[in-house]
Amino acid sequence: MIKSELVQRIAEQNPHLYQRDVENIVNAILDEIVDALKGGDRVELRGFGAFSVKNRPARIGRNPRTGQKVEVTEKYVPFFKTGKEMRERLNGGKDLGADD
Amino acid sequence: MSGKTVTRADLCEAVYQKVGLSRTESADLVEQVLSEISDCLVSGEAVKLSSFGSFLVRSKGERIGRNPKTGEEVPISPRRVMVFRPSNVLKQKINESLVGE
Repeated sequence: MIKSELVQRIAEQNPHLYQRDVENIVNAILDEIVDALKGGDRVELRGFGAFSVKNRPARIGRNPRTGQKVEVTEKYVPFFKTGKEMRERLNGGKDLGADD
Repeated sequence: MSGKTVTRADLCEAVYQKVGLSRTESADLVEQVLSEISDCLVSGEAVKLSSFGSFLVRSKGERIGRNPKTGEEVPISPRRVMVFRPSNVLKQKINESLVGE
């Protein structure tokens, strides 16, 4: 499913809304998540999962082909941890425990 | 970094502010969007949201794990897991904003 299909499905469930409104709703949600992560904040959506940002400090890497040292600068990467309810639903309702 | 946690309530507020629906309806729509994404993943289909990222479902076979405290070997049953692959746009936005703060 891509974003336009998501918008379409939500629009079908809400005949009183314009497709344009639904697009704005989906974008408002995603933008809010992105803005939080840009500020280094965490986004916790119970039952679904949690987004956070992890820091990767600068390090000396190596070109695996030549063995040459290269400086890798500090980075921040987005991270997602699946929520408990979602984990269970993916496995027919059984809680098989965390698996990271 | 302010170390704040954004929740459903903040997403509802954003929808309320930007789209101009009532608070109740904004909350309802946030819920609908999340369940539509969840249902799709539970059915085994991936969800790709351009410039944000993709949620994928992976099937994992049985493997042997270890209780880190006792060192005891335990089988980890086969399962389906969901993974989030952030888009390059998202990764870039986060780095631009946080590196060199």
